[in-house]
Amino acid sequence: MKLHYKVDGGAFTSAGFAAGQVKRTLRQLGISPEIIRKISIAMYEAEMNMVLHANGGNVDVELAKDYITVVLEDQGPGIEDIDRAMEVGYSTASQKVRSMGFGAGMGLPNMKRYADELTIDTKLGVGTRVELKVFI
Amino acid sequence: MKLNTVIELLDTDVVTGKVNLDYEVYYAYGSDLLSDVLAFVKNNVLLLTGLVHPQVIRTAELMDIKAVVIVRGKKPSQEMVTMANQKGILLLTTNHSLFTACGILYEKGLYGEEIVHDEITL
Repeated sequence: MKLHYKVDGGAFTSAGFAAGQVKRTLRQLGISPEIIRKISIAMYEAEMNMVLHANGGNVDVELAKDYITVVLEDQGPGIEDIDRAMEVGYSTASQKVRSMGFGAGMGLPNMKRYADELTIDTKLGVGTRVELKVFI
Repeated sequence: MKLNTVIELLDTDVVTGKVNLDYEVYYAYGSDLLSDVLAFVKNNVLLLTGLVHPQVIRTAELMDIKAVVIVRGKKPSQEMVTMANQKGILLLTTNHSLFTACGILYEKGLYGEEIVHDEITL
């Protein structure tokens, strides 16, 4: 099964909408709560990053027999220092984002924590592609 | 602890309706950092926070959190209330600080779940 979502970069409110939809779909399909939890959290953080840093983008979800992958692609500024971005506490988010309870430098670490596989391809000025994979 | 008891102990206003107040929460988690909630919440918790924007409800939805207490007398945004109603999440407000609200619940036997650390958090 394949699902596609467009993430609107303009509205903070929209971040996590796709994750919510995917969660509902997976639940209807009878996927275990622990798997749903892993994919929902990783996807939500990734979506949030897309809205906060890259003016939105596209999300493609593939549900196979023994895994779920979520690919998030944006045409944003790219990640300058991926090693630092993976560190807990490192953030380039604005004060506004921080006042919303994000921007504490936990987005990528949370993705790494909950995805079984995390692949990030990023190019400055071109965009970023994040692939999250969770085995069922 | 039943949501009814939470409402009574914290002297909360109930902002959203249509939620079963007999529902029982097993733990509580207090935080103004949603990424922390995403990192550490596992089981059926009551969330206490001072944040008042819709991402709180989104977080609750994704973490299967059924009830949120907004502390420090803050008023939730209309957008937040609308989303909570849509998602069937109970939204409560209390004038207590986060610390005091948590303390009142803890004293009456609602504890936090042990948070699990891993190589990423340490």
